[in-house]
Amino acid sequence: MGRYILKRCLWMIIIVISAAIVAFTLMYLMPGDPARLLLGTQATEEYIAAKRHELGIDLPYIIQLKNYLVDTFLHFDLGTSWVFRTPVQKELAVRLPRTLFIGLSGMALNVIIGTLLGIFAAVHEGKWQDSLTMVIAMVFISCPDFFVAMILVLVFSLKLGLLPPYGIDSMQSYILPIISTALAGIAINARQARSSMLEVIRADFVTTARAKGQKEGVIVRRHMFPNAMMPIITGVSGGLAMLIGGSPVIESIFSIPGVGAYLLVGIQQRDQPIVRSCIVFFAIFTSIVMLVMDLAYAVLDPRIKAQYSRKKGGK
Amino acid sequence: MTEPLLKINDLEIVYSQNRKVVHAVNGVSLQLEKGKTLGLVGETGAGKTTIAKAIMRILPDPPARILRGEILFENEDLLKKSESEMGDVRGEKIAMIFQDPMTALNPLMTVGDQILEVIKLHTDCSRQEGMKKAGEMLETVGIPAERYVEYPHQFSGGMKQRVVIAMALACNPELILADEPTTALDVTIQAQVLDLINALKEKYNTAMILITHDLGVVAQTCDEVAVIYAGQIVEYGKKEEIFMHPLHPYTLGLFASLPEMSIGKKRLKPIDGMPPDPTVVAEGCPFRPRCPYAMEKCGQSVENREIAPNHFCRCIWEGRKSE
Repeated sequence: MGRYILKRCLWMIIIVISAAIVAFTLMYLMPGDPARLLLGTQATEEYIAAKRHELGIDLPYIIQLKNYLVDTFLHFDLGTSWVFRTPVQKELAVRLPRTLFIGLSGMALNVIIGTLLGIFAAVHEGKWQDSLTMVIAMVFISCPDFFVAMILVLVFSLKLGLLPPYGIDSMQSYILPIISTALAGIAINARQARSSMLEVIRADFVTTARAKGQKEGVIVRRHMFPNAMMPIITGVSGGLAMLIGGSPVIESIFSIPGVGAYLLVGIQQRDQPIVRSCIVFFAIFTSIVMLVMDLAYAVLDPRIKAQYSRKKGGK
Repeated sequence: MTEPLLKINDLEIVYSQNRKVVHAVNGVSLQLEKGKTLGLVGETGAGKTTIAKAIMRILPDPPARILRGEILFENEDLLKKSESEMGDVRGEKIAMIFQDPMTALNPLMTVGDQILEVIKLHTDCSRQEGMKKAGEMLETVGIPAERYVEYPHQFSGGMKQRVVIAMALACNPELILADEPTTALDVTIQAQVLDLINALKEKYNTAMILITHDLGVVAQTCDEVAVIYAGQIVEYGKKEEIFMHPLHPYTLGLFASLPEMSIGKKRLKPIDGMPPDPTVVAEGCPFRPRCPYAMEKCGQSVENREIAPNHFCRCIWEGRKSE
């Protein structure tokens, strides 16, 4: 098991470096000269050339790539923002907690509420409770999150005046962003949980448990739910990637200075250090989530655990 | 005559879905005394498992509905009991052995804990005592108690079926419903498992309903036999009676379709045709379309008649007497 984790961590490093290379290359291939963009149309050719030299973008692609990789992964230096002239590292250190807080709380909400709703719907399969839950879920899946976010702002901030519509002045400001990130995920999770529950609800071992005289509630908790967990976990990990990917939108709607908003600015301004760093962060985050999910499978399912151990034994 | 342990009267069960009604069990009556074994024999879809699940009251509802009849167990109608009262019957008084051991066990629980679950439900014992009892049950079915902590995927099919048996017997039930307990197993393992069930049944003096389509298994284990066709018992009686003097054309067909090694027959003799569509209720004998002896009178409904002492047959054909 320990060896499996080690192997996965090595893979993670490879994946993150690949993501960095791809991000770098895409930014490199982007049309438009960053130096000209920074200095404006009035700048003289000499001035622009000097700027290009300063940023290091006058070098050949392969040298630039090498410099970037060495700086990032050996010196752990993410560079300085071309536009703001501040170290990206410092900026990320401040912004990261906000994005993570919103993302992880959103995920916790969507796992817990989504799964419970899914179980509820599955247990009442075919009855009105089931249909109602699924119709609501469908509505939230179809609504883009920025739309839901705007409706929430309209109702809770502007009409009812309960919660601040933007900013991060108090903890309350985080409530609306978290809810709007979570809603679509809750809906997707509820559907996933429902269908995987329905798969086990007719399983033979559930009948066995009934034949033992076990109570229905215990059967759901002890026999159905653990066996329905695997697809739910898979759904969650996919949902999380989506959640983080959606952070630029949510953060700009609520004016939250997080990583997502930072990435957005970086892209608009062709600020390569910012974009590259944010993408590396997303890659690291996503691969950690995937690793945790895979380990969760092993903890939950002895068959998968046995597979991991066998691989270890084989090598 | 002593009171029977189980008495089923005129049981009728349908599955209804999308306005289609499947008549699974049509007026089945049978009874079973303490310590005896009854074999339910019939084709796939004849309603055997439905009867067993109805006794346990674990039919999925919807779509299954019990329309009429009563299931008297120790003189109490199980169909009238509340869900919580049934909780005390299931696993404690009536236990079930399932057809497919591969799927009958929860893959995420150790086999020991799955046996423990039923013990804890029906006895007031501490976890330690329960675990000890579960370990003993494993030993009883021939599995070392050390394997308590292992998961179902670490067991072979035959071993899993032993675990299922241990689970069924853990609380010393009065009645075991064995639903094709050997069908999913290798032939070599079948005999072992069957012997085990028989030995334990003798030891605890448990009554059993054995569902099977294997007449060989019936010959080995049962005291009485009920042959089911299209949700009806077509022939019912002592095993010896039925094996020596089968009366119903369907039973005759079943025996004729058994492979025989000795006489050098090349081909098996199947029963022609297919079982009737259970969504259609036809007047008269349901076996009529496939019956070689069918005549005009078979179009009228037929009652179960006692042809010999304790030997019932639902057929009007008289030809067998002259044979």
